[in-house]
Formats: sequence, C-alpha cells, structure tokens
Amino acid sequence: MKITVNSEPTEVSGTVADLLEARIGDRRPSGIAVAVDEEIVPRDDWARWQLQDGHVVEIVTAVQGG
Amino acid sequence: MSRTLKIAGRDLSSRLFLGTGGLPHLALLPAVIDAAEPGLVTVSMRRTSSTAAGGLLETLRAAKVPILPNTAGCLSAREAVLTAELAREALETDWVKLEVIGDETSLMPDAVELVEAAEQLVRKGFTVLPYTTDDPVLARRLADAGCAAVMPLGSPIGSGLGILNPHAIEAVVAAVDVPVVLDAGVGTASDAALAMELGCSAVLAATAVTRADDPVAMARALRLAVEAGHAARGAGRIPRQAVARASSPMAGRIA
Repeated sequence: MKITVNSEPTEVSGTVADLLEARIGDRRPSGIAVAVDEEIVPRDDWARWQLQDGHVVEIVTAVQGG
Repeated sequence: MSRTLKIAGRDLSSRLFLGTGGLPHLALLPAVIDAAEPGLVTVSMRRTSSTAAGGLLETLRAAKVPILPNTAGCLSAREAVLTAELAREALETDWVKLEVIGDETSLMPDAVELVEAAEQLVRKGFTVLPYTTDDPVLARRLADAGCAAVMPLGSPIGSGLGILNPHAIEAVVAAVDVPVVLDAGVGTASDAALAMELGCSAVLAATAVTRADDPVAMARALRLAVEAGHAARGAGRIPRQAVARASSPMAGRIA
C-alpha cells in the first residue's frame, strides 16, 4: 500500500500508530501531531486509525521559530 | 494600564514575548529564557521524522513558560488553519500566533487570507493572536472577528528596523479594544521601549535576541526596556513643543 508521508512516497500497512512506530520508534510519541488528508487524527485514535492506499499523511512537531 | 497583562482571560507574567527562531544553539535557550522572563514563548510546527525528545519542548517545559505555537510560513488560510490544528493536537494549547504571509520575500501578512483564517480559527475555539500590518482598519477587522489580541509589525520580520511608523502603531492601539502586541522589527532595547510608550500591551522579539552577539544580554535588555516603556506610558510623557521652557525659576537669579 502506497501512502505519502511528509511529501515522501512510502510503503506501509496498518494504523497511524504502526506508522509512527516504524518512523519514530514510538507508537504514542509526545509533542507530535498527525493529519491524514488534511484532517487531524487525534492522539487517542492513532492505534485504531487504519491507513489506506493514497492517503497523504503529515507528521509534525514543534521547532524553534518566531 | 494594569501591571499584569491579561489576554483572553489569562494572566501573563510578562509583557515581553520571546520567539525562539534563530538561536545558534538550543543549549542557549534556558539562559535566554532566564534573562528575558517571557510571558509566552513561540515555536513553529514542522514535519518531523523523530520525536523532539531532549529538545525544544523539554527545554520549554522545564522552564515552565507558556508555549505559543505559530503558523509561520503559511501562505493560505487553509494551510494556517491546518497548522494551528496540528499545533493544538501536538502541544495541547488552543492559543495560536496566526501568521499568513503573502510571499516569502517580504514576509508581509496577506490581509485577505489572514482575516479568513482568523474567522475560521475563532469558530473552532482557538485563542487567536494574528500577526498583522500596522493598519488600524485591518486590526479592527481582526478584533471584530474575535481575535484575542492583534500583533502589528513595526517593520519587516527580522529586519531590525524598529518601528518605522509610530503613528500607525498608535492608531492601531486606538482602534481596538484588545491588547496590541508589537510583533516584528524590534532590533534593540529602544525599539521595545518605544512600542510600550506608544501604548502597546506587549512586545514580541525573536531575531533581536536570538541573532544578537550576546543573546542572553539582549534578552535582559529587552525585558528592562519593556518594563521601562510600560512604566513611562503609565507615567504620561510631557507634550513635545518646539520652544524651550525653563524648569528652574527665573526669579532670584544673582545677575
């Protein structure tokens, strides 16, 4: 299954939590937010939210900024 | 003006807000925060492939300073609203410094997209502090849309040119009932003091501190300047006049 994560084409299957574990090594990292197709996926839904082919995922955190 | 600043019903401990962008090393941030004693500290939201562990958020939480996420870099209301929603989810705050710029060269606010984004975010329950131009009409539009404060620029972001049009900043202060936070253009302490003397309720500085030769010393200088400017505003300055007026009595001179 092909999805796009932070504008990179990615092969994954499973839930948002599975994706976070693969990329970040943590199923519930703090200070992180996830959107799929421009909709926020709340933290409490990560473990059951199934990714589907073609989804566009954004994973963001806070960085230094004015 | 009261000594403490209240925005959207929340008491803030200081009238100086600190932007964290531009510091050469994150390790400097705790000392900068200690020196600035900021009421709010801004951060940006960016794509990541790791947690921020051991990084920025831990530093800010250890300093016990309230975090104000911004939507820096957003070019449309749609991007800004999504960024604000991501920030709310990641940082568990519904406060947002709303930035919608018109292009990446001038970094000037896009007034049309800004008002649209502000209206949407207010409807979604955010406490919105928009970065705006020094236009009193736009400031009033933003306040009418339900923004909790307005943040006019003194001069372009990162320019350090200070307050190019002090009359416009005074006009913004007069135009709205919400706090006015001078946002961009501060280069040194006198700029921050002037903002407060003009009636601003607070000053946000980022580059002025983070790119100073000595960020910690400049953080302290801006804190003192904001305090001095606020005190001077409360004290009521003398009117300017074009002729001299002696303060010593003329009577009783020896000549």
